Amino acid sequence: MSNRFFLDTKEIQIILNRLACQLREKHQDFSNSILIGIQPRGAVLTKRLLYILEQEDHLEAIEHGFLDITFFRDDFRRSEKVLSANKNLMDVSVENKKVVLIDDVLYTGRSVRAALTAIDSYGRPSEIELLTLIDRRFSRHLPIQPDYLGRQVDAIADEKVLVHWQEEHGEDAVYIINKSNE
Amino acid sequence: MSKLSVSHLLGIKYLTDADIELIFETSSHFKEVINRPIKKVPSLRDVTIANLFFENSTRTKLSFELAQKRLSADVINFSASNSSVKKGESLIDTVNNILSMKVDMVVMRHPNPGAAMFLSKHVDASIINAGDGAHEHPTQALLDCFSIREKLGEIRGKKVVIIGDILHSRVALSNIFALKKLGVEVMVCGPLTLIPKHIKSLGISVETNLEKALRWADVANILRVQFERMKASFFPSNREYAMQYGITKKVLEKVDKELLIMHPGPINRGVEISSDVADSENAIILDQVQNGVAVRMAILYLLASKIEK
Repeated sequence: MSNRFFLDTKEIQIILNRLACQLREKHQDFSNSILIGIQPRGAVLTKRLLYILEQEDHLEAIEHGFLDITFFRDDFRRSEKVLSANKNLMDVSVENKKVVLIDDVLYTGRSVRAALTAIDSYGRPSEIELLTLIDRRFSRHLPIQPDYLGRQVDAIADEKVLVHWQEEHGEDAVYIINKSNE
Repeated sequence: MSKLSVSHLLGIKYLTDADIELIFETSSHFKEVINRPIKKVPSLRDVTIANLFFENSTRTKLSFELAQKRLSADVINFSASNSSVKKGESLIDTVNNILSMKVDMVVMRHPNPGAAMFLSKHVDASIINAGDGAHEHPTQALLDCFSIREKLGEIRGKKVVIIGDILHSRVALSNIFALKKLGVEVMVCGPLTLIPKHIKSLGISVETNLEKALRWADVANILRVQFERMKASFFPSNREYAMQYGITKKVLEKVDKELLIMHPGPINRGVEISSDVADSENAIILDQVQNGVAVRMAILYLLASKIEK
């Protein structure tokens, strides 16, 4: 089975603009809100949204952080590969703030659960929301749903949803690839 | 990501270069963790660790225990002075009794060289050597090298002099192994009575003149004079040792060079190091202690990931 092209640059840009609008609708000037990208793949998405909000919509600098969840994951010692940590950049306190967790693909929900635990180390937020670019439907292991959603996709377990970013891969695109072709 | 090539940490000499690199990389992540408002992560919540100390320790024991607690492991502590070892129980029996309570990892300090290796062959648990006689003290060497790297940016090509009681020191031996693996030039300096005979065969140089040694080095790692292990007289008096090999402000001013001052602790103030040097800006003794927790967390984390579920 070959790889499927799911979203192209233009579609992604439209989605990002829409997500930024939705965030503004809820958080207005973001004075009491923090955007937190889940490392590593949520970080680029967070930066993109920040760019739209700060550069194009001219909002004041928005508080943000990049959260590494490695040590909070529930599959430590359960999978073959050793979990390797990413940079954790959280120079913010989330105490009484409205937090938006940001990740590229929502699949089983386990990363988000880990992130919810990890966030606790930085205070008690007044509210936590979830934003994802892609939601893989019918594949959740936990009762977790996004509050802001780019696009839903139906992919089977053998497939992987891969988000490419200009900054890292030279293009903005979303692919659905067959794991056996990797 | 790669795994450690070993299932126990018995000594630096059993580690590969890639292992050390992996430990350092993981340590820097944990260093960030222990500077968070809440310093605990749940990684090792289903792991039980026994700390067996057959010899006195403050820093290492506390550091290991803190590292284990920061990783959410369950911890039991044992020290030989108030245990059945005094009643004549053998090491294997003691440890097997503890392991039958479902313990996954053992951190052990023991006065006999090779005790950790012996244990790793006879019991079914991951063993971490926290010092075995005058043999090795791998976590101390790793945290020393990690601290040097953190302060100087790069460790390869640097020059480190280890000063003092080399003969009785497991820290010296582990440090030499680790520094050599990391491409560092190593020198030992001290009275010849405290330098083992064949130490040059490890590929290091020996210097008895403190001033010359300090002029040569970028980093001075000062070791404690281990009075409790000395069964003979190795130098005439403390005062004479302090005059010849004690690091004082006066000596450093004479050498007039940016030197990183390290000491694994505990310090004999006024013997191998004077108070003004120990508390000076160039001394990273307390950084070493902080890094110790991060490095030990990394080692526990990496070894725990190899325990069969």
